[in-house]
Amino acid sequence: MTVSTIDRRSFLKRLRKPSPVSVKKGFFKNAKSLIPNVAKELPLVPPPATTITLNGGLDPYTGPWDYDQAAHLIRRTMFGLKKTDVELLKSMTMEQAVDHILDVDNTPPAPPVNNYYFNDGSDEEGYEDPVVPFGDTWVNAAHDEEAEGLRIESFRGWWANQMIDQEVSIREKMTLFWHNHFATQASQVFFGKFNYDHNSKLRGYALGNFKELTKEITKDGMMLIFLNGFLNGKDAPDENYARELQELFTVGKDSPNQYTEDDVYQAARVLTGWTINFGGDWETVFNLFNHDQGDKQFSSFYNNTIIEGSADGNAELDALFDMIFAKGEVAEYLCRKIYRWFVYYNIDATVEQEVIVPLANIFRDNGYDIKIVMETLLKSEHFFDAVNKGCFIKTPVDVVVGTLRNFGLTVPGSTLWDEFVMEYLLNIMMSNMQMLPGDPPNVAGWQAFRQFPQYYRMWINSDTARNRNFFTDVLTVAALEAYEDELKIDHIAFASQLDNPGDPVKLIDEVTRLLLPQPISDTKKTLLKSILLSGLPNDGYWTNAWFDYINDPNDPMAFEVVNVRLTILHNYILKLPEYQLA
Amino acid sequence: MKRRKFLRAAGTTAALTPFVYKGYPISPLSQNSVFSQIAAAATINDRVMVFIELAGGNDGLNTLIPLDQYSSLSNHRNNLLIPENKVLNLNDTFATGLHPSMTDFQQMYNDGLVSVVQNVGYPEQDYSHFRSMDIWMSGSSSSENLGTGWLGRTLEGEYPGFPDGFPSQDTPDPLAIQIGSITPLAFMGSSFPMGMSIASADEFYEFVNDLVEPAPATPYGDELEYIRLVMQQSQQYYEVIKAAAENSQNLSTKYPAEFTNNLADQLRIVARLIGGGMQTPVYMVSIGGFDTHSQQVDGSGPDSGNHAELMRQISEAVCAFQDDIKLMGVADKVCGMTFSEFGRTIGENGSLGTDHGAAAPLFVFGEGVNPGIIGDNANIPGVIEDSEDVPMQNDFRSVYASVLQDWFGIEDYQTILNQEFDILPIFKDPTPTEEVAGGGGAFEVSNYPNPVMSRTTITFNSPGADVAINLMDAQGRFVVQIAQGHYPTGFHKVVFDRSNLNSGTYFYQVKMNGVAVTKRMLVL
Repeated sequence: MTVSTIDRRSFLKRLRKPSPVSVKKGFFKNAKSLIPNVAKELPLVPPPATTITLNGGLDPYTGPWDYDQAAHLIRRTMFGLKKTDVELLKSMTMEQAVDHILDVDNTPPAPPVNNYYFNDGSDEEGYEDPVVPFGDTWVNAAHDEEAEGLRIESFRGWWANQMIDQEVSIREKMTLFWHNHFATQASQVFFGKFNYDHNSKLRGYALGNFKELTKEITKDGMMLIFLNGFLNGKDAPDENYARELQELFTVGKDSPNQYTEDDVYQAARVLTGWTINFGGDWETVFNLFNHDQGDKQFSSFYNNTIIEGSADGNAELDALFDMIFAKGEVAEYLCRKIYRWFVYYNIDATVEQEVIVPLANIFRDNGYDIKIVMETLLKSEHFFDAVNKGCFIKTPVDVVVGTLRNFGLTVPGSTLWDEFVMEYLLNIMMSNMQMLPGDPPNVAGWQAFRQFPQYYRMWINSDTARNRNFFTDVLTVAALEAYEDELKIDHIAFASQLDNPGDPVKLIDEVTRLLLPQPISDTKKTLLKSILLSGLPNDGYWTNAWFDYINDPNDPMAFEVVNVRLTILHNYILKLPEYQLA
Repeated sequence: MKRRKFLRAAGTTAALTPFVYKGYPISPLSQNSVFSQIAAAATINDRVMVFIELAGGNDGLNTLIPLDQYSSLSNHRNNLLIPENKVLNLNDTFATGLHPSMTDFQQMYNDGLVSVVQNVGYPEQDYSHFRSMDIWMSGSSSSENLGTGWLGRTLEGEYPGFPDGFPSQDTPDPLAIQIGSITPLAFMGSSFPMGMSIASADEFYEFVNDLVEPAPATPYGDELEYIRLVMQQSQQYYEVIKAAAENSQNLSTKYPAEFTNNLADQLRIVARLIGGGMQTPVYMVSIGGFDTHSQQVDGSGPDSGNHAELMRQISEAVCAFQDDIKLMGVADKVCGMTFSEFGRTIGENGSLGTDHGAAAPLFVFGEGVNPGIIGDNANIPGVIEDSEDVPMQNDFRSVYASVLQDWFGIEDYQTILNQEFDILPIFKDPTPTEEVAGGGGAFEVSNYPNPVMSRTTITFNSPGADVAINLMDAQGRFVVQIAQGHYPTGFHKVVFDRSNLNSGTYFYQVKMNGVAVTKRMLVL
């Protein structure tokens, strides 16, 4: 399953010369090889920063509301940021801006379609789906052994596209949060429909009720297979899901006061009988014959609760969730995960006291409504505290999707097949940085959000650092190529949208403010300017070159003079270590 | 020095070796292919070329002063002209001298370590800094947009497949390194940069000492320092650069104090890397400040001020570098070359400065150069137009072609520069581009007497091949064919009569089995 070497080699070939054939060669053979090899050694992981704590509590933020605050809000609740995003939110008040981010459109996006068939008469072609015509959605089609690998990649590409095309909204970052929380692996549940349905639930509940979502997930086909729930029967209870439900999804293991092994067993008994109708339409069903109808006695951790056995699977399930969600640990556990996803990993006693505990109280008091939690956190003085800015190490999704968004790029897709291949390439890029949406390393999600003491630093090792730079190198000086389609940064278009592209000082100021989370040193700015000016001291040379281009955009010389300098400038900025922070 | 055989296949083999590291080149610089082709060749013959960019357009007429044009020049440069008695003399000519700040460089010239190429430029001068820089870096004509660098193309030709499979056992070192700035284009290959850049001397010393730029004591700063450290150490050439720096130290005492001469600071690093055993064939360093529209000289006289300071810096830095590599024992394989995107006007402007002009002289230095001056002083008219400049005499691509062919031994420079250019006799001992069967060593070509009064005898040892001997003028233009035919293995003599030639500098080029040896001939 080592992906990176092989895929990167063929990648490079493709990147170097526009030879679409190399994309096709082995494409299907390697389709499953996206799953990253997570057992990488980490050559250099110094201890984390534990001494510095963020300031402020949950009191509403009352400080200045300007570019930097709006950009911070966007960087943390979306992937990357565009100038228009900042302008939109900056024109509002802080409260309105946060409300806007949290005003999530729950209309399901158009589902993924069969884009995995291609036939140009060559021997390189996709799979001709006997049931789903090319261009039609496959999400309602029955399981098809031959098609599922492609459908999963179709789903993954579709998901990447949802993120790339995101509105000014928290929806996609929240969806990925839930995916990290209720982590499942496409590689283990090789059925595209289950992946899509599961993902749709996460997106639908993006800012919904946590308790309700957990119930949904408990009966979700993807999860029933991933954690063996479908095999959990009265004669041989399978504890897998019952354990993770408590350990990873709700109660957590942060508190010294813990549920017992017997609680795991009792919960598994409650969940017996929930399975999948493989003989029929693959829907989730409650199989009474396989349900343990005896009483379930829980430990003192759960106040010695007894869930009475019955033939009503849903009633028992409700009782189980009422019991679990009565525990104070649940809200605190989830608030810590929220905190680490949106703010910072280091939760010391002060943060616990000032942020986590009061946030958890609000969460519980509002019946596990996640939106109120997010609203309180995002409007807090803690969230906007100055030292909070830029301490989040970007996830690979932030790097890939965020970079595309920074430069206003979308997946071209001149045909559905081209789009499929391009999205596949983007997923390989993320995978090479050790984060492939749909395939976290295990049920606990990505290490960067749970691995004490390194946390975010797990993302950056010598291997992934190179791959991060490689991606931005490709996008700035070369291109991702999928047959006829090319994905690369339009440097001049990016500069053209700036307020003052003809003034090198203002251009550098604005570009770095857009792309980097904190101001950089004057030395760095001088270096950046020298790139734009090829080492010349007179700013006017850039100004002249820029307006030579503006006055005659069709002059290839005028174009090239500004294009080559912007290319190197952007390439250099995207390689700055600062670019890895948000 | 024992040269390795020129095998084009060496590049191919390297490309086929399996991944040693999983890295990729991280530099934006390596984009232009011209520099890259040179680098590849150098792994073949172990030679190194250090390019020194003088950014801004150097005033050639105040760098290399045409003493035989002095009276005309004095009409146009009331405030700028270097007093005649202060011009530094050269030991083999009275017609030309150096700026008074360049005493160290004068010594190098008189020691036979400098080749001067007169009036270098390109046809149809554009006069725009950016465009001219791009033309120089890409090795293009003024009407072309190549989008790749001449060194990038060079390296790409020799190391096909880069960066896939690099670094490798055969090619552990960067193909090209730029220190001191980040210039677009020169190292750019067709899709990837072929070299790496070290933005500043500070960055280099941070790198070799495992230091990172300090960040603020905030969570942001803490994470940033961590990422800086990992990214520094994940630079794929981290180990080899560190090892080279640790293996050597600068030996020359002639370097000016650190941070007083930016060019010297850069060249000091280059010397240390070469001395430390790096096989990187191409380095590029840079010094700015040459765009002297105003205050080129200051009130105390034409030999002081900004330009004088720049001349002093170049002179001191280059001299110290040359001394250093000599002390390190690597001087025989290293040459350097200055270049600037264009020259300046003949006449001074009203601001004690000069404006953009076409051509300017260029210096190539090192033990490998053929000492002397190639080309003639420009003719300075008594009356000039506003903004009249020195016309081009030598195409910069002739210089590149000479570097590629005669220094790096690259046979087919035409594939890099897209056309034929005259080879200038810059280098003393042109690298054979191919070992010749039965040749038994390097070609020996000489003529006697030289200078030539009436006749001269050209002697060469033929590998048993078709041989052509052509005569070219100082600008590299074909004049006449001296001999052509099959010559059996062994020494041969051809007598040449100069009776139809005007006095001046000429070159004769002996071509055997695709190898060209070019020598200078002075006709009286």
